[in-house]
Amino acid sequence: MNLKTRSLPDRLHSPRSQVFKNWETLLFAVAVSIFVVNSFASPYFLDAWGLSDATFNFTEKAMIAFAMALLIITGEIDLSVASIIALASTAMGAGLQLGLGTTELVFIGLAVGLLCGAFNAVLVTVLGLPSIVVTIGTMSLFRGISYIVLGDQAYRGYPPDFAFFGQGYVFWVFSFELVLFAVLALIYGILLHKTNFGRTIYAIGNNPTGALFSGIRVQRVKFILFLLTGLMSGVAAICLTSRLGSTRPSIGAGMELEVITMVVLGGVNILGGSGTILGVVLAAFVMGLVTFGFGLLNVPGIVMSIFIGLLLIGVIALPRLWKMFLNRR
Amino acid sequence: MNLIKQMLPALAVAATLLTGAVQAADMRIAVVVKALGIGFFEAAAKGAEEAASELGDVEIIYTGPTDTTAEGQIEVINALIAQRVDAIAISANDTDALVPALKKAMARGITVISWDSGVAAEGRQMHLNPSSNPLIGNMIVKLAADHLPEGGDVAVLSASSTATNQNIWIDEMNKVVGNYQGINVVATVYGDDLADKSYREANGLMQTYPNLKAIIAPTTVGIVAAAQAVADAGKIGQINVTGLALPSEMAGHIASGASKSFAIWNPIDLGYSATMLAYNLAKGNAVAAPGAKISMGRMGSLTLDEKTEGAMADPFVYDASNIDAFKTIF
Repeated sequence: MNLKTRSLPDRLHSPRSQVFKNWETLLFAVAVSIFVVNSFASPYFLDAWGLSDATFNFTEKAMIAFAMALLIITGEIDLSVASIIALASTAMGAGLQLGLGTTELVFIGLAVGLLCGAFNAVLVTVLGLPSIVVTIGTMSLFRGISYIVLGDQAYRGYPPDFAFFGQGYVFWVFSFELVLFAVLALIYGILLHKTNFGRTIYAIGNNPTGALFSGIRVQRVKFILFLLTGLMSGVAAICLTSRLGSTRPSIGAGMELEVITMVVLGGVNILGGSGTILGVVLAAFVMGLVTFGFGLLNVPGIVMSIFIGLLLIGVIALPRLWKMFLNRR
Repeated sequence: MNLIKQMLPALAVAATLLTGAVQAADMRIAVVVKALGIGFFEAAAKGAEEAASELGDVEIIYTGPTDTTAEGQIEVINALIAQRVDAIAISANDTDALVPALKKAMARGITVISWDSGVAAEGRQMHLNPSSNPLIGNMIVKLAADHLPEGGDVAVLSASSTATNQNIWIDEMNKVVGNYQGINVVATVYGDDLADKSYREANGLMQTYPNLKAIIAPTTVGIVAAAQAVADAGKIGQINVTGLALPSEMAGHIASGASKSFAIWNPIDLGYSATMLAYNLAKGNAVAAPGAKISMGRMGSLTLDEKTEGAMADPFVYDASNIDAFKTIF
């Protein structure tokens, strides 16, 4: 006689399949493969200073990507981040014309970032407008202001000590930007994974109504996240302006898509509800290594874009394919 | 994952092939452009390859970002620094933003020059301009005069009255117009670089000056509109339209005879000259200092001014004899 157990299993899939389903494992494998392939492909790849230079390909974008990941997990998005960089950088340049020093310039950069974030936050959380529409609007608005102020001109002549943020080194080949990237990764990792605030972010993303009725102040959490994204754009603006040593209204153009690519590649669900900071960190390294590795081989940039695009589709499609495979079995 | 696993070996093979090619040459000169896939720059790369095969011991790395951004060019520059190329010749997307990255390249012993679109003086050793304002000013009136042996009335159709470049060129033209016997500049009108306004201004010129023999338009928008206006008015043969233009846009008007000839820099010569200059500086055959004379192979030699800039040559003249070869390039 065939006795059927009627208890619920402990877990739906075996732990081995969990490892394969895990973005971070997958991304780590991709990052390691890219690293190994690059080391064999180019004799110039394994060079401390070369690799150090290469980290600038992703550090600024990743800083914004951390805050963006949190925002996307709640089901919102901010497309105006690159334009916030332009406006913050323009404001710093204007401050420079008034003879302000490095400390004041940093303050201006952060303040403008926060203000822009607050503007988005009010439109989305107070007026209840959809964030994708609001931030498409502010994307044009913020950069538009920079174009009105600067036209075809540029602000240049930032003070020498301001150059530290984008060109300075804390220790040996570890640039200020790289160290800041690591510190921010840690802070955002703790914020998302180890605090009540982090739990509420996931709760909102999975079920906003449920979260609301559980006593989570959904709009306030979203408000804070828009502020954070604005602030991180301000931080990125300081680093990028310092690295370029000048401000033009086209600064950081198109960066918002690269930031969002990084977040999604990192395994954050674009519809909200799941994702990790570790995934975003790994995605940043993957994108940076691909850009640098292909650059060393002088592969045209469009091939890099194609590769990143395929990677992105692959990473999104894989879990679904895996699930189909499991169901068939 | 399977996809990626399958791609890796292919990638590795491609990579090995590429590096193998790169390591074969003695000197590697990187020609960095504003963005890949632009006809003008593809033609410049052709010129660079021409220079490389003439020099023999040179490998050209033709590269650039996907979009015309300074950030994209900095990523390219960082990769070139890491490859320890011998020289970088760049057409810059931003005068200032590339300076820190290019300074770093120079600090690591790489020869850096800019061409076409320049970098601020502290970010490069020298800059190659395709031409100079006096040469352009002279060329645009010469183009009209060449087809008017007995002289006659000519008019200028410019961009906007505040357009810096056009105003400088017209000033330079007016300085030398006396050298051309019988050429009489009767008017300067402004089409604001708008096709319809330029067309109306060209019609206005033809009505106001019935003896008009030529229209000089030192703007790519104006010259096309003026040629169209002349063709529509049935005055092909009576009025010659000339100035600065792109071969791809003017091919039809050269064929119809509305324009006998026009000028613009030749991107092939530009890429060729930039490569020659980078080679001579990297080899130590010359030093980029004010007043220095540096050889550009078949293009003669370049004399640097006090800002370490130099002008390559007269704008290149395009007419029925060569338009077909260039119209597909840019």
